[in-house]
Amino acid sequence: MWTWFYRLASPPHVYRVAAMLIPWFLTGAAIAIGYGAIAGLVFAPPDYQQGDAFRIIYVHAPSGWISMFAYSTMAVAGAIGLIWRIKMGHAVAAAVAPIGASFTLLALVTGSLWGRPMWGTYWAWDPRLTSELILLFLYAGVMSLRPAFEDASRGDRAAALLAIVGVVNVPIIHYSVLWWNSLHQGATVAKLGKPSMPPSMLVPLLSMLLGFMCFFGAVLCMRLRGEVLNRERQASWIREAIRS
Amino acid sequence: MNVGAWRAMMLIVHRDLCLSFRRPEQVLQPLVFFLIVTTLFPLGLSVQLSLLRDMAPGVLWVAALLSSLLSLDSLFKNDADDGTLEQLALSGQSLATIVIAKTVAHWLVSGAALVLVSPVVAIGLAIPVSAFATMLLGLTLGTLTLSWLGAIGAGLTVGLRRGNVLLSLIVLPLAMPLLIFGAGATDRAISGASAVGALYFLASLCVFTTTLAPFAAAAALRIALD
Repeated sequence: MWTWFYRLASPPHVYRVAAMLIPWFLTGAAIAIGYGAIAGLVFAPPDYQQGDAFRIIYVHAPSGWISMFAYSTMAVAGAIGLIWRIKMGHAVAAAVAPIGASFTLLALVTGSLWGRPMWGTYWAWDPRLTSELILLFLYAGVMSLRPAFEDASRGDRAAALLAIVGVVNVPIIHYSVLWWNSLHQGATVAKLGKPSMPPSMLVPLLSMLLGFMCFFGAVLCMRLRGEVLNRERQASWIREAIRS
Repeated sequence: MNVGAWRAMMLIVHRDLCLSFRRPEQVLQPLVFFLIVTTLFPLGLSVQLSLLRDMAPGVLWVAALLSSLLSLDSLFKNDADDGTLEQLALSGQSLATIVIAKTVAHWLVSGAALVLVSPVVAIGLAIPVSAFATMLLGLTLGTLTLSWLGAIGAGLTVGLRRGNVLLSLIVLPLAMPLLIFGAGATDRAISGASAVGALYFLASLCVFTTTLAPFAAAAALRIALD
């Protein structure tokens, strides 16, 4: 029953499965983002306070979620590589880091564009914003630590350890709007009980989140294939895989 | 010879302190750097006393973080280069014990020394004497926490030839909460408000890193050693 799980440790299998998953993820992303963008940007009612400016949430909030999700993925994949010495764990961690960093940057940029009309400033030194910025720096640290080692496996393990240490920041980002008096608005969706958003706004947002997740999955699979090719360039199965 | 963990730690602390005092310039240079950086700010900015006092906590803490970084590089490096670290790792003591001892010794000559110098800097930055107690306590907790975080970074970069910049890149993001609460505590003490909340936060960060960082740093060293 667990064989499918064990096989994920094998590079040729990962290479093949990733190729199979890409079209599914891309289709899912196209449908969910397509629906979410049209429903969110055109059909959802304007916010009673923020007017049409709130619509940037359909890009901003999913990017913020993915930035944290990607970091957690990186830490978990790194831990799997570190503890069970599974090389593919490190490959996933290496593949996910630049994607996560890009989404973090996207969340920061869209956030500051949203902040300009709403708060009157592009940037405020507020807990949520600062902790998200720290997340970007943590990504930068992990991404620069890995290639600094001449021995690739040592770089992998060092980067994995750093990713695990930095994971303490993720709950801080998530709860920063609750723990401190933040300029950033509180949790609107992931709240116990009733979300403070009408369905006409919420459904497109959830659809965008799903679409972003699918897009993240697709890009991760593509990068993972590249990562596997690079790491296994000495292996004989590569030649067959490329020829076929 | 079988030595208890406590005795082993004492021996390592004693050895590291001896080594530091044989080369006092390694201890003094970060402190001089601390003094110079804190001098730069009043020179570069206006010398208005009220403005200076507003800036003081941030300047003091940023300078403390930066000067602590200078000495972090040598925390494990010298021992790793001449093979001492491998011998220590083979000694039968757990690597975490060794990390604790080395970090405490390092903190005594870097962080604690910095705390002792800080009143001089504080007077220069026009911090009132009434805020000294909070500032000293905050800096003590802060530099100790930074030493633990630094031990992780130093462990990760110990095998690298030019790891110094990378070390700063790794440690500074992790140290940002320290800066927020440390400077916050000093700031509140200057304006006469109660700094207890921020100090508690610093203390909790200190306890958190003291309990967990030795294991993370030991894991980092193990990566470098095997």
